[in-house]
Amino acid sequence: MKDVKKQGGLNAEIQSRIGHQLRAMYDDVVRQGVPDRFAELIRKLDVAPSDPQLGPTGAPIVKTDGRD
Amino acid sequence: MPLTNALRDDILASVPSLRAFAISLSGNGDRADDLVQETLLRALANIDSFQPGSNLPAWLFTILRNLFRSDYRKRRREVEDADGSYAKTLKTQPAQQAHLEFEEFRAALDKLPQDQREALILVGASGFSYEDAAAICGCAVGTIKSRVNRARSKLSTLLYVDGAEDFGPDQTVRAVIGGSGG
Repeated sequence: MKDVKKQGGLNAEIQSRIGHQLRAMYDDVVRQGVPDRFAELIRKLDVAPSDPQLGPTGAPIVKTDGRD
Repeated sequence: MPLTNALRDDILASVPSLRAFAISLSGNGDRADDLVQETLLRALANIDSFQPGSNLPAWLFTILRNLFRSDYRKRRREVEDADGSYAKTLKTQPAQQAHLEFEEFRAALDKLPQDQREALILVGASGFSYEDAAAICGCAVGTIKSRVNRARSKLSTLLYVDGAEDFGPDQTVRAVIGGSGG
């Protein structure tokens, strides 16, 4: 019984350590935030619905009324 | 749904964890960022198929995971981080001892079968529920649970039972280090 308990305790300790290492590795990257290249990429493709001067591609909308 | 400012902000907020997932999967910082970039482009191109109110991170992780797997099938895993590119992505270099331990962990993680590795990362690091992880991987919840358990058990054997000799450079790395380029 004692051995089983000890084994289980050791296992739990190892598992907790593995969980900690996994999260440490992962969180280290998460903490770096958003690199500029991705912030720019997303900003560039933004539809910007609040700005009626811009179309979906970010290019100004040229209004035409059918006459040149 | 159309890309709104709120949705765009949510996508942006998912980028740090997408990168962490990509680096954990691929073991290579540069390749991980390419993967994230492709994921974002694909997500934005298919934003209309995103269901409002559903789990955005899970949707993005699914895209990234599928891209990684199709890429993987094409290229197989190359020698990861042989040039220390992963370590270079770390902002603060860990102390020597901690760094060694980190490298050992990284090496052990790379030895897991891909199915087990991704399940463990999604549940143990990204914080997804078993249900979300199952949806991301396209398998049953029970399958995810069993993969996570096997991953934990294998890591504990690799790291704490077998001994340190397992963590020297593996044969592929050794071939690269020792080979004169052939």
